[in-house]
Amino acid sequence: MTDAILDPERLPRLPVGPTARRGLGWWGVWCLVATEGALFAYLLFSYFYFAVQFDKGWLPNGEVPSMRLALPDTIVLILSSVALVFGDRGVRRGRRGENLAGIGAAFILGVIFVVVQYFEWSAKNFSARTDSYGSLYFTVTGFHMAHVVAGLGVLATVFVWSLLGYFSPRRSAPVLIASVYWHFVDVVWLFVFATFYLSPYLMW
Amino acid sequence: MPNDGTPLSYLHGFGVKAYPVTALTWGLLILSIAVCIIIAVLVLGAIFRRRRPPADVAPASIPPERGSTGASWIVIGVGISTVALLGSLVWTVVVLAAINGPPSKPGLTIEVTGQQWWWKARYLSNDPSRILTTANEFHIPTGVPVRVRLIGADVIHSFWVPALAGKTDTIPGQTNVTWIEADRPGRYEGQCTEYCGVEHGRMQFYVIAETPAEFRTWVDAQLKPAAPPPTPDLARGEKAFVFHCGACHTVRGTKAGGTVAPDLTHLMSRKTIASGALPNNIGTLSGWIANPQALKPGTLMPTLYLSGPELTDIRSYLATLN
Amino acid sequence: MSSTANFDRSDIERVPEVAPIERAPRGFLERVWETAPGVAGFFSSVDHKEIGKRYIVTAFVFLALGGVEAAIMRLQLAGPNRHVLTPEQYDQLFSTHGITMIFLYALPILSGFSNFLWPLMFGSRDMAFPRLNALSYWVFVASGIFIYAGFAIGAGPNDGWFNYVPLASRPFNPGMNEDFYALGMIFLGVSTTVGAANFIVTLFRTRAPGMSLDRLPIMAWGTLTASAANLIVIPCVSLAFFLLWMDRQFDTHFFDVSSNGQPLLWQHLFWFFGHPWVYAIVLPAMAMVSEGLPTFCRRPLVGYPVVALSTVATMLIGFGVWVHHMFATGLPNLPLAVFSGASFIITVPSAVAVFAWIATIWLGRPVITTAFLFFAGTIGLFVIGGVSGFMTASVPVDWQLTDTYFVVAHIHYVLIGINVFPVCGGLYYWFPKMTGRMMDERLGKWNFWVMFIGFNLAFLPMHWTGLRGMPRRVYTYADAMGWDTLNLITTIGSYVFAVGFLLLIVNALKSLRSGRIAGPNPWGAATLEWATPSPPPPYNFAVIPQVASRHPLWEAELTPSVARSDVTRGLVLDHGKETIGTTPLDAVPNIILKMPGDSFAPLILTIGMSAFFAGLLVHLWWLAGAGAVVMLIALLTWLWPERELAERAGAAND
Repeated sequence: MTDAILDPERLPRLPVGPTARRGLGWWGVWCLVATEGALFAYLLFSYFYFAVQFDKGWLPNGEVPSMRLALPDTIVLILSSVALVFGDRGVRRGRRGENLAGIGAAFILGVIFVVVQYFEWSAKNFSARTDSYGSLYFTVTGFHMAHVVAGLGVLATVFVWSLLGYFSPRRSAPVLIASVYWHFVDVVWLFVFATFYLSPYLMW
Repeated sequence: MPNDGTPLSYLHGFGVKAYPVTALTWGLLILSIAVCIIIAVLVLGAIFRRRRPPADVAPASIPPERGSTGASWIVIGVGISTVALLGSLVWTVVVLAAINGPPSKPGLTIEVTGQQWWWKARYLSNDPSRILTTANEFHIPTGVPVRVRLIGADVIHSFWVPALAGKTDTIPGQTNVTWIEADRPGRYEGQCTEYCGVEHGRMQFYVIAETPAEFRTWVDAQLKPAAPPPTPDLARGEKAFVFHCGACHTVRGTKAGGTVAPDLTHLMSRKTIASGALPNNIGTLSGWIANPQALKPGTLMPTLYLSGPELTDIRSYLATLN
Repeated sequence: MSSTANFDRSDIERVPEVAPIERAPRGFLERVWETAPGVAGFFSSVDHKEIGKRYIVTAFVFLALGGVEAAIMRLQLAGPNRHVLTPEQYDQLFSTHGITMIFLYALPILSGFSNFLWPLMFGSRDMAFPRLNALSYWVFVASGIFIYAGFAIGAGPNDGWFNYVPLASRPFNPGMNEDFYALGMIFLGVSTTVGAANFIVTLFRTRAPGMSLDRLPIMAWGTLTASAANLIVIPCVSLAFFLLWMDRQFDTHFFDVSSNGQPLLWQHLFWFFGHPWVYAIVLPAMAMVSEGLPTFCRRPLVGYPVVALSTVATMLIGFGVWVHHMFATGLPNLPLAVFSGASFIITVPSAVAVFAWIATIWLGRPVITTAFLFFAGTIGLFVIGGVSGFMTASVPVDWQLTDTYFVVAHIHYVLIGINVFPVCGGLYYWFPKMTGRMMDERLGKWNFWVMFIGFNLAFLPMHWTGLRGMPRRVYTYADAMGWDTLNLITTIGSYVFAVGFLLLIVNALKSLRSGRIAGPNPWGAATLEWATPSPPPPYNFAVIPQVASRHPLWEAELTPSVARSDVTRGLVLDHGKETIGTTPLDAVPNIILKMPGDSFAPLILTIGMSAFFAGLLVHLWWLAGAGAVVMLIALLTWLWPERELAERAGAAND
């Protein structure tokens, strides 16, 4: 905290308009991450609020859900984030090919995630109406899915903008912002996965 | 009646569970009032401390001054407040521990079910023939801790008889347990205190404390089934009652066995009907049976559109259920 | 809109020009920053001053509606066994009254003041996200209408503002009452959340150079704290309402006991939000008192650093007390004791504020204007509300007090005492800045005393009513309970209070037309908003000020020998619609921000959202889908990179 007054005459050259982390969009997307992250915290709290009141019989068929589809799906989503890291790096280094390939691969892997998740949902022998576990499972994974779909929309938009040549190494904030959001969706999935597929082993 | 004129007041409590709480309530209340007075004096003192500037002076005409930091104000004020708060916290925890459980093993357990908009009570007993079901007016023996198990049947209600104890909710899906004890006879009023729908405001109940001997007499009388009606008119009334009312109400000794509404076997032993909404006399009883929606709109008892003679018959029969 | 930029290097990066204020191109700045005239401008404005004033007016409309609801309720409760209202009508009235006051008035009014004031206080030209600002207003209006639509057709919320299940579930509440409320609240949550994000980013990134965090106007700390908390807790209540809506429409089993549902989950989710929320609606108002009282005491606030810290501390502890709303639900003793303790401790930071205020008056030279009366009155009412809260913190006492009129007295003392009274003070204080005219001081004194007397006449006896056992949310009560006279006094007091409120409105309207013209700084106050004309021009500051202390306009008197703030010379930022962006802690300029002009996107997005929620409400899925499509289009239009906002790479190798 300085007591000296800032001399306006001695300011350096300042960027005009948003650049990566100095623009306001960077702060805006972190606010979004904070609020949406809190939402998932409450969803997972609700799961544990139920889980501590029941025994293993609360789980469908009394068994821990199988990871047969969920684990590969998790890996798909992680790979999608990795791809997007390249996409972001590409635009910051002015490498258009890396940029487009990264965003495109992230998008495709995201679509695969959605498809696999859909199969996982279909394979369940309970619905959201069956009991509280069913309601929770489909609501939590449903919220996550909604965020993934929104993320796919974001990726597609950023891909189109990249294609149209809107970005340069300096002017690449939207790609970085999209990455923050997409990585957030990935991290949320890790927590959701740990809650539904791993925590039962610890609890019962 | 205890607290005559203010039957739901808890500024004067009765019974071992109430006394520590009443003391704490008064203690915190007096402390609170003192704080308000002190702060008011300080604020007024602060405003009128200096010679007041002439009226209509513009604030802009008085140059601002840095003045002293005023740190001591905050330190002293917050320091005193903290001491008072910690003291209150300690007292609170002590009282909480004191009333946590009854001083001795409960001599009686009542299962109270709160439902829209009346109270059911089931007196538990190891002997199945001495399990008593009644509604809205519960007797308890003085000097005996009574365990109350609270069942939620539909929505959340709250069981509160202020002169004896604080409130505890009845919540569907769980059984809350509390206890009460009266140290002197009396008729203690209670009311539901968790918003539960349209007639939340008229869901009173009464806890009548009496000596253990009187209590035993009451239980014995309540356990008896209704006597068969002595006259043909009353027999007709019983038949009409069973037909129209038996699906919901129970009168032991008849074929009326419904459980979704209050047990009426000893209806006339109660001073009120409709969960404390109305006094129990011929007029209100007739009015209630004829048109419950007019007297307690939204009540779950339907209006049956009985004919005059049917109504009289049923009411006459009910009047015999002492 | 700004002229097409000459595409040269200065549009990629440049040293921002400095000039004395006389040489600033005011005509150009005015053209660039002003909202378009007429209806088009009304619906597309992104000017924070416009939006702030709209928030204030709209919030006052809801306050009046809530007041009318209360007035009708008080007629029903003026005596025992009255039949002014049916029980069903009463239930909808008390529920809508609570919802209106707590959600549609209490936070929006504070958002309105903060919206108008923050860029002016920070020496900036607008909020960080002007279009998002407009969106938060339009969504507020749309969601308020959505909730009231139910009330208007006789299907208003009827389970209180806290809406417990199972009573809110479909078996016990088959009508649409709860669906209006549930969806309306999720809808409103969008407004509050984006508003919170806007405040946070504005505070951290768009202050005048030199305005380090310890030089922030104290009012900013209140809204900042509230906004940070809202960002975290609004999803909690939105989720609760969403789960309820799911249970009601699709037979899920979150709350219904028959299939392993848990009714208490509702209470945890609701109160984890609800308790921080009640601090969110008083801390900014307390900060308004902290801001205005020193002006009328002609000295800086006593203990600025501890007051700022205590604001944050109150909110932090406020996250840890929510179970005190659930003391009667049958919890074990350990959590009861812990939450009771936390509820006692939270009084400590509030005490800091109270003593800071008293000390400021005591050690200052108070001038008794109407604004001062409201601010000083707040102190007394705050303490009454605080001690009644303190009493409910004690679990065994709360087991008697909770759900009686004692709590109703408490909540009205804290809400009216720590929100409405500061707001009235704030209105008298900042009305000259917003409108260029002073409010009438004589009428103001009447306004204050009628409100103060009416309020205390209505609510002070209510403590006694509660101690005598009158439960809450009852549409009537029997005679011979000892409540008759007290209720009558409360009813009379509430009408006196209503008259006082009318005097406020009369004063505001009259002063708009014929109040004394105000200069830039009629009160001789210290902060930057008073360095602009009254009302400020669309661009706020012709040159961005330099800030050297907490009291830029008082430095001549307070610190004559030290380096001074400067409002007469600074950054011009006239290459379009621009303002300065700074580092978060020390406010060192690090970016020139290009601000958007008028836009219809926020309004269209709101219309799409309204269609979306309306479709969900009546199960018209195509309508919801159409609404979602409109939202998508509006969002894409909004976010599409624009050359004028320097969001797009240009031809000149950037």
